[in-house]
Amino acid sequence: MSYLPFLLAVWIFLVGLFGIVRSRNFIHLVVCLSVAQSSTYVLLLSVGYVKGGTAPIFKDVKPGTKAVDPVVQALTLTDIVVSVTVAALLLALAILGKRHAGTMNPEELHPMRG
Amino acid sequence: MTRRARLIVFGVAAAGLAALLIWGTLGIPDFGHYHGRYGQILNRDAVKERQATNTVTAIVFDYRGLDTMGEEFILFAAVTGVALLLRETRQRVPNPIDPVRSEAVRAVGICLVPAVLTLGLWIVAHGAVTPGGGFQGGVILAAAFLLLWLAGSLRAYTRVTPTPFVDLTEGTGAGGYVLVGLVALLLGEPFLHNLLPYGLAGKLSSGGSIPILNWATALAVTAAFLLLFAEFLEERSFVIAGKHK
Amino acid sequence: MNVIYVVSIVLAGAAALAVVLTQDLIRLAMAASFYTLTLVVFFLLLQAPDVALSELVVGTIAYPVVLLVAILIDRAE
Repeated sequence: MSYLPFLLAVWIFLVGLFGIVRSRNFIHLVVCLSVAQSSTYVLLLSVGYVKGGTAPIFKDVKPGTKAVDPVVQALTLTDIVVSVTVAALLLALAILGKRHAGTMNPEELHPMRG
Repeated sequence: MTRRARLIVFGVAAAGLAALLIWGTLGIPDFGHYHGRYGQILNRDAVKERQATNTVTAIVFDYRGLDTMGEEFILFAAVTGVALLLRETRQRVPNPIDPVRSEAVRAVGICLVPAVLTLGLWIVAHGAVTPGGGFQGGVILAAAFLLLWLAGSLRAYTRVTPTPFVDLTEGTGAGGYVLVGLVALLLGEPFLHNLLPYGLAGKLSSGGSIPILNWATALAVTAAFLLLFAEFLEERSFVIAGKHK
Repeated sequence: MNVIYVVSIVLAGAAALAVVLTQDLIRLAMAASFYTLTLVVFFLLLQAPDVALSELVVGTIAYPVVLLVAILIDRAE
């Protein structure tokens, strides 16, 4: 039972991959990619948790009390904001792709057009 | 490959991947028993060394400032990509559509703009003291401007955030971060070394160069999201007016 | 492990499955926003207020707006 957060990360990753493989629409594909990416945030934060630890903010708390690991939080927090921008770039590509190829369905796109 | 065949191949591969990942997660220490020394040392010493009570912000802008610079450039590159893709030779639509008709929505939205702006500035300013920082506050500041579109019209939004000004702000934010690092380099210290006096813990000016990098990041993130919103919204009004090829 | 951890983990897993199985696009935006909210609760339980604030702000402001406007452009063409 104590491995449940790590299993959550594995589950979210596999569910996201399943969505990418099964998707019929590029926008749905981008959202599933985002879901698969969020599994890494869950894994990082679960690895850094310390039982009985508090948040690593020492404004009212004396430094030296047991706190969770701040390094993984620093890695995750910049990543979340930046991943939205990359998702926006993918959505812009999807919009332009529809304008030139006429379809939003990944299965109907062929790599070579005569 | 047909859809069914693709799903079957995925099923087999996913079973193998799941087995591998679960076997991997059983090997890491139990949930709650993390023994990383770097984090423990920083928790103990960051307040003493940098006078910044928010250890996570101190790591983001000081101890691992180089990684944050890389992330900011990912942001910059992605926004440049969106601008490149969507900013073709587009004429400005003379009468953008105006879908908000309820007076209550307009009133509440316009009244919320200064409140959200203050909240965003507060969260950015207190980055080194309490949870917050440039990234979170930057998106909230962009939301304050977005409320002008949500509760008003697209024309209000584009007049308050003219594109050359937003482009300049984004460049200033991203370039200012590198400039602070280069100033340290010119003075003989390592790149992005913390140079200014640290101040007292708990005050807004604590942390040395952390507040400067904080505000530079907030500028870059706000301008990036304003640009993104502007590009998408103008593209939509363009498409609805029927003027694309 | 506390009951509340187990409940929030199960909720996040179910929300992820709901996002993947939704076909209608406007409902997809809503489901993605709800999934982000379950993750915010989980991050708060893991004592990470900065990360929770970041995910909350992104999942409520930036991501749904960009997604919805892309869906509306797709529909209008």
